[in-house]
Amino acid sequence: MAEYQNIFTQVQVRGPVHDGIPLPKGFWDRVGKPGFSYYAGLIGDAQIGPIYLGWFGVASLFFGFLAFEIIGFNMWASVNWNVVEFIRQLPWLALEPPPPAYGLKIPPLNQGGWWLMAGFFLTLSIILWWIRTYRRARALGMGTHVAWAFAAAIWLYLVLGFIRPLLMGSWGEAVPFGIFPHLDWTAAFSIRYGNLFYNPFHALSIVFLYGSTLLFAMHGATVLATGRYNSEREVEQITDRGTAFERGALFWRWTMGFNATAESIHRWAWWFAVLCPLTGGIGILLTGTAVDNWYLWAIKHGFAPSYPAVWAPVADPALTLGAPR
Amino acid sequence: MIFTPRLVIATAAVFAVVAFVGLLFTFERPGAIVSQTGYRGVAMEQNYNPRMLVAQQARNQPPEAIEKVDPDGQKASEVYQNVQVLGDLTEVEFLRTMTAITAWVSPEGGCAYCHAEGEELSSDKLYTKVVARRMLQMTREVNTTWKSHVADTGVTCWTCHRGLPVPEEIWFEDPGRRSASKGLIGDPAGQNAAAPAVGLSSLPNDPFTAFLVGGKDAPIRNISQTALPTDRNTSSVKQAEWTYGLMIHMSEGLGVNCTYCHNSRAFASWEQSPPQRVTAWHGIRMVQALNAGFLDPLRPTYPASRLGPTGDAPKANCATCHQGAYKPLYGAPLAKDHPELTVPNPQGQGPQPFRSSASR
Repeated sequence: MAEYQNIFTQVQVRGPVHDGIPLPKGFWDRVGKPGFSYYAGLIGDAQIGPIYLGWFGVASLFFGFLAFEIIGFNMWASVNWNVVEFIRQLPWLALEPPPPAYGLKIPPLNQGGWWLMAGFFLTLSIILWWIRTYRRARALGMGTHVAWAFAAAIWLYLVLGFIRPLLMGSWGEAVPFGIFPHLDWTAAFSIRYGNLFYNPFHALSIVFLYGSTLLFAMHGATVLATGRYNSEREVEQITDRGTAFERGALFWRWTMGFNATAESIHRWAWWFAVLCPLTGGIGILLTGTAVDNWYLWAIKHGFAPSYPAVWAPVADPALTLGAPR
Repeated sequence: MIFTPRLVIATAAVFAVVAFVGLLFTFERPGAIVSQTGYRGVAMEQNYNPRMLVAQQARNQPPEAIEKVDPDGQKASEVYQNVQVLGDLTEVEFLRTMTAITAWVSPEGGCAYCHAEGEELSSDKLYTKVVARRMLQMTREVNTTWKSHVADTGVTCWTCHRGLPVPEEIWFEDPGRRSASKGLIGDPAGQNAAAPAVGLSSLPNDPFTAFLVGGKDAPIRNISQTALPTDRNTSSVKQAEWTYGLMIHMSEGLGVNCTYCHNSRAFASWEQSPPQRVTAWHGIRMVQALNAGFLDPLRPTYPASRLGPTGDAPKANCATCHQGAYKPLYGAPLAKDHPELTVPNPQGQGPQPFRSSASR
């Protein structure tokens, strides 16, 4: 008889496809004929579909597609509609926000107007998708934790592309849509504002980013390591002795003197993940609006260390010529 | 089902090949040399790849020395006609300089590259001769008024030309990519292409026209001098990208990291910068001054084939002399054997007037 084991010899249970719980009146029908995929079963549930689209899903996909097309066609046009160059240079291509001279005015189409449009439609799409995650959770009688975690990411996105440019009075402060260009923008942003390394909220964001990976690794490893005792059925186990759950808990209590519970570990993970973009967004929001040079700000508040000089200090030659700038 | 095993394996194989090829061309093979240049633990260091140093060294060899001559004799200006720059040399010294220039600039074309065949030596028929005369004045300018950058090492024609009539590293104004749909869509905003001028990054791909033309250059600095915002610095992130592009050019042109001149914890801070940054600062001003005072004004002298796509004259940037080395030719003192190139330009032979951008 087949034995239920971890990933490599997983038995894929195939009954009749399950459509999910019946939906209340007024909802769309779920679409797509459900089926099974062996390969999907290797990494998750073998059943594919049906999917619930609904008004918000359809609208979100539509506006998302619109934004994607605006960005893509601008990139393609920037290489003179040359298909080979479009593919070859794709990581370099971008749709740029307007030049700073336009401020918050509506710029000409090819001077950032497309960027504004793409940003508007993308934001619309993302917010519609957020509503969808909220409503799907409600329809299933779940809490809305997924929606609020997604909202944390949307916060960072809005700070970068909307709220901070608004406060700075220029769309030109926003991020370009492009693979390498948005990375170059990030580096230039840090340099312009005196090194984000000294921005405490940036530091917090990194703590939660790296902390998330650490927690994820610890949690995932614990669950996998106790899989042989059916740790995936943790709810049935938390009250019994000798179960996978108790072994996992004891492992951490023995290793570091403290263990999370089956419930609290997910709160840890949720908060670490959510605080990463929340604090990061605060850090970006303060940059240029409240602080203009994070390094000098760190000096001012006494937390930038100084190191012994290795070479004779030099002075700004522009000052010695009597032309300060 | 759509997900047949063959399809899945084929898709995975395609992704694996693409990823492998991508990695192959993205990273240098290991074997870099890291040399510490600042206080321990603060990442003040230079990275070198020994394999690339070999190629760089081959590019940066000094020329064969031209034998010295007995300085006695008649002045060149008394022997030849139309000697406007080197007239104070004696005839033999003058011929030595001419020999040197031929070896440095047109070893293949020989004298005829500048002196039209069948004409008097004094003839200015060929544009190359007119340009060469101006280049002699420019060399003197560099060696006398830009000691802040070239020190006593000095430069000769070889520093840029390396045996080629047109130096390898020159630049023209980049007209940018023109959108096919006549300005309605696809404006690359002067960036977002794999541009060699900025080390194949997507940064603004013509920082030279913005910063190195001289006279009307944009300010290079955009990091604030105060912790909190003031009205004094309104530089945008976009402007920072332009400066970033220029800095990548300097890094590529000199074969050095950012930390050769900057302490990367505080790029703007002079107090913590390695002393090389001062030399580099003067270098930027020198290039601006040479482009504005000598190179750009030569535009009417050149035939159309020597001009750039927008009709501008060939100009210099950091790589023109450095050609990948932290010092051109690793600091070989070229000028000491050619005192005729280290005298100040007399009145009227110096740079064409240009508004100093020293404050930037």
